[in-house]
Amino acid sequence: MAYKIKSAECTVCGACEAECPNIAISLKKGTYVIDPAKCTECQGQFDSPQCAAVCPADCCVPA
Amino acid sequence: MSNVVSLDSIFGLGQLAPPEVAPAAASGCSSSSCGSSDGPADMDPAVWDKVKNHPCYSEEAHHYFARMHVAVAPACNIQCNYCNRKYDCSNESRPGVVSEKLTPDQAIKKILAVAQEIPQLSVIGIAGPGDSLAAAGKNTFATFEHLQKKAPDLKLCLSTNGLALPEHVDTIAQYNIDHVTITINMVDPEVGAQIYPWIFHKHKRWTGLDAAKILHEQQMLGLEMLTARGILVKVNSVMIPGVNDEHLLEVNKAVKSRGAFLHNIMPLISDPAHGTYFGLNGQRGPTAQELKVVQDACEGGAKLMRHCRQCRADAVGLLGEDRGDEFTADKIEAMGVVAYDDEARRTYREHVEAERAGRNASKAAAQAEVQETVGVEAEPILIAVATKGGERINEHFGHAREFQIYEVGPGGAKFVGHRRVDQYCEGGSGDVDTLDGVLAAINDCTAVFVAKIGGCPSKSLADAGIEPVDRFAFDYIEESALAYFKDYAERLGQGVVRSRAGQDAVIRTGALTARRA
Ligand code: SF4
Ligand code: SF4
Repeated sequence: MAYKIKSAECTVCGACEAECPNIAISLKKGTYVIDPAKCTECQGQFDSPQCAAVCPADCCVPA
Repeated sequence: MSNVVSLDSIFGLGQLAPPEVAPAAASGCSSSSCGSSDGPADMDPAVWDKVKNHPCYSEEAHHYFARMHVAVAPACNIQCNYCNRKYDCSNESRPGVVSEKLTPDQAIKKILAVAQEIPQLSVIGIAGPGDSLAAAGKNTFATFEHLQKKAPDLKLCLSTNGLALPEHVDTIAQYNIDHVTITINMVDPEVGAQIYPWIFHKHKRWTGLDAAKILHEQQMLGLEMLTARGILVKVNSVMIPGVNDEHLLEVNKAVKSRGAFLHNIMPLISDPAHGTYFGLNGQRGPTAQELKVVQDACEGGAKLMRHCRQCRADAVGLLGEDRGDEFTADKIEAMGVVAYDDEARRTYREHVEAERAGRNASKAAAQAEVQETVGVEAEPILIAVATKGGERINEHFGHAREFQIYEVGPGGAKFVGHRRVDQYCEGGSGDVDTLDGVLAAINDCTAVFVAKIGGCPSKSLADAGIEPVDRFAFDYIEESALAYFKDYAERLGQGVVRSRAGQDAVIRTGALTARRA
């Protein structure tokens, strides 16, 4: 149960990193990645996965 | 360290070819009394004091001072139909598009390096490429915090869509950011829903009317909170024909009543190649006259700014001249530690003060002469001017990458906008397609002022009814425009020339970023 970032479409804007409540998103070798061990799909915290809601490129999707 | 050079040498007076080393000559722009430059006469002195050296806000200052935007804020919290952030190309020059994102540390280094090279530098702005207050404004405020310590004489400003503004007003006041630009395209959610497909607010993605309503309320609240704290607010609006063109009058009223001191109406930049929703769906931008009609109608509301060229978010240099290539991250890293010394900038500012005082007197004299001979009733005309700055007619027709448009009449000569063109003489020989483009861009003008022009384009202009004028070469623009108008009014009276009232012109998409080839 985790989200992932489709790196080919990611613009590396960092909006998702700032919104993730679990610090699951970080910049690795020039692209943002989600650590599946930390990602909770925001359950219990927000109505919807925050990264997907903020991403302008719509590239945060269920893994 | 480079020290103070006279304005004339900065702007390459007397040179027809683009100078190789002069810091600020590639495209330039000049003139002085552009609409909002009237200064103390029709502006609160406290406001004038804040904006007089600010190239983005004072139409007079943008001829003499430079601003720099650093691209430290890539994240955004709303989607606009005129923006596609996936598209990032260095040939591009839409606002919001940058080819190089900087960390706050890199940005500080870049700013200090540029400040040492360009004494005209007076303003540092953060405008994107996303929204400067998205992602909690972390990078934006980190940059300002360092800057305030290291270079306290530089003015700070930021641009935002306003969505996250209310929660950051206190921080903005704390960093002594005295200029904020808010992009406000509507005050009616019905209109807004056609411009913004979604926003991200309070941990949720909102769409449709809800999104537009929240955005509108946040924008108005943020604007009120800023002006209540004495922070200057400029409003930018993008004019989208058929969507918000007439509505912009209401926007103008709403923002003026809440204390905005300038309202800048920009044409929509719409091209399918940009991949924006509007671009792909055939939404067009306004023509020059459509834009001017709306700007004129808003005049007397919040003061209008017309010199905006929609510079890119990482533009460096005098407005309209993009020297960003000289200061890429690699080159800045290679510079090592940069010392900061504000002496050169201070001397430069004093020099400009003296020059401005002399100009104001000679303009007033020229205007008085027109009113005496022509009277106060005559219809104003538009004149296109080829210039590279210093308020003089100092550019060759064929080298111009843009023309400055002046409206001149018994009320004086006033700058009303720019028209971008392709350089007619690129590569040495003029080509006919480019000339047609130039003609279309200045078709509503009566004359074009140049430092020099070849016989061929000269004839084409005359055939199109636009008089090429080189007799004012290297003179000041406004005085020349008034002298020309006096003569024109006489010839019109004798029936020798015909009025060009009712003509329209085409606005080229993309901002002017005169890169040296
Ligand atoms: S779904 Fe939520 S927890 Fe997972 S990465 Fe996105 S924001 Fe973080
Ligand atoms: S918000 Fe989307 S585009 Fe931006 S960094 Fe995250 S995944 Fe990439």
